[in-house]
Amino acid sequence: MTMPYYASPEQLMRDRSEYARKGISRGRSVAVLTYADGVLFIAENPSSTLHKVGELYDRIGFAAVGRYSEFESLRVAGVRLADVRGYSYNRRDVTGRVIANAYAQTLGEIFTQQTKPYEVELCVAEVGAEPDADQLFRLTFDGSIVDEPDFVVMGGQADAVTGHLRENFRHGLDLAEALMVGVRALSAVSPAMAGGNGNGQLLTAAQLEVAVLDRRRPKRAFRRVVGAALGTLLGDRSAGEVAPQGATHPHSPSASQPGTPAGLGDPAAPDTVGGGDGSGEGSGPQAGPADGVGGGTDGGTDGGTGGGTDGGTAS
Amino acid sequence: MDGLTQSHTGRSGFPPAYLDRVGSSFTDFLAVTAPDLLPGRRPLPTVNAGDLTPHGTTIVAVTYAGGVLMGGDRRATMGNLISSRDIEKVYPADSWSVIGIAGAAGIAIEMVRLYQVELEHYEKIEGLTLSLDGKANRLAQMIRGNLGAALQGLAVVPLFAGFDLDAAEGATPGRIFSYDVTGGNYEERGYAAVGSGSLFAKNSLKKTWRSGLDAGAATRTVVEALYDAADDDSATGGPDPVRRLYPIVYRVDAEGAVRLTDAEVADVADAIIGERAAADRENVDRGA
Repeated sequence: MTMPYYASPEQLMRDRSEYARKGISRGRSVAVLTYADGVLFIAENPSSTLHKVGELYDRIGFAAVGRYSEFESLRVAGVRLADVRGYSYNRRDVTGRVIANAYAQTLGEIFTQQTKPYEVELCVAEVGAEPDADQLFRLTFDGSIVDEPDFVVMGGQADAVTGHLRENFRHGLDLAEALMVGVRALSAVSPAMAGGNGNGQLLTAAQLEVAVLDRRRPKRAFRRVVGAALGTLLGDRSAGEVAPQGATHPHSPSASQPGTPAGLGDPAAPDTVGGGDGSGEGSGPQAGPADGVGGGTDGGTDGGTGGGTDGGTAS
Repeated sequence: MDGLTQSHTGRSGFPPAYLDRVGSSFTDFLAVTAPDLLPGRRPLPTVNAGDLTPHGTTIVAVTYAGGVLMGGDRRATMGNLISSRDIEKVYPADSWSVIGIAGAAGIAIEMVRLYQVELEHYEKIEGLTLSLDGKANRLAQMIRGNLGAALQGLAVVPLFAGFDLDAAEGATPGRIFSYDVTGGNYEERGYAAVGSGSLFAKNSLKKTWRSGLDAGAATRTVVEALYDAADDDSATGGPDPVRRLYPIVYRVDAEGAVRLTDAEVADVADAIIGERAAADRENVDRGA
């Protein structure tokens, strides 16, 4: 193999973008929507252990598409940054913007300085006290950061899902309605649906990974919606709103109503430990340990892109 | 604080250590990226520094049918002075466990904060919580790291209790772990107490505690033990109806860790005070 003598910066960047974009679009989509009580994450993800959605901090969640090993290490870095900041300052001093900035810097650096860019697209979501204060940051493989007002769709056929959502999304939907809007949009373009578009078939609970940042929860807003709760939300819209349940893992708390179990450090009491008056707190399983699944970009990305483009740029 | 300005702000993206995937312990991560934030990594005082920080006193914990209860009085002392009447010495460690601290308050509170983040961090990275034994062991390692400071009068002795989600059928799900300053970790049967008033608190619990109590009766044994400790130990504060200050009591059961409201604890404490006063009047009437 011959090394190219010269490649113009434009050409290099274009090749890297194309490479990353291809990898990301090969996977399945993730949609992040605001709803009346917070932010809803919906991922088409048949795996129940290799998560695309996770908790970063009290009010901050994370969603990603692309290569699992890459976005998982970014998620862990985000949790570390949040916890170190929260520990050295105060829990209130951890904001989505800070974490999103760190992601942008890191992704930008990797994109310009390493041969292979990260094939990931991220969303950092922060839930505020009021719907107006909710924030969704979309981060792309090259370190671009965009503040989106209503919803973010990443991966797979993101444009088609976005178009579908743009028609159906409204402000102030309740959880069940927002979930239905999101699932419809994902199902319409999902390759997992036999007929493709238009036959009205919806993705099932087993094919979805759903989580919320619920602003009504006093402490850690992030909850996975799994099992019976997800089934109810998907299957029977007339059942109204069902509180998100904890995860199925035996170590996860069973109580999910706001205010039941006690929580960690009270943000209203700076520099103290301990929840002042029994604030709620719980756990939800996050990412699994292994690499390789999830995004589904692994198959075939290694085959040729690098060598092919190199050859083309040699002059 | 070089580490703080460089690595914690995220201004220049994540430092390489943040993207290293190995490790789910927050303490171990801090040891690499910002060791100055860890207790036990700082130069030790060369003289006895025990007088420099308030000392927290009595903590008691009891198991009951549905889980475990932990209570602590509200007093902190510095030498002969009462430095605080309303200090809180019992904290939730996570959803299913609580930690109470006796000893040097400054270091103890820092250690509890670190321990809370440690458990939450593990939970977020790994996607599941540590087992109760794992949590107890992790705390032992932290105490062990404080041995040098303990020898200079800054000892921290916690009491740890939690609801064991993996408890065998028929076993009590509530479990209590006590520690010594060297990080020794001992599981206690039924009840335990630490701090200056622990001798009197344990004597009280010896008479009042039985296995299989319900939550209400067990709460009473906790508050009564603290009352008895305050009766005989000058560094333990009793219930203070004048300032409406009552012991802090946490209950950990199948629903998680919950702090009892002041009103609940006040009712129990007032009932105990009332009974003691009535018993004393009877003695006087009988001419004792």
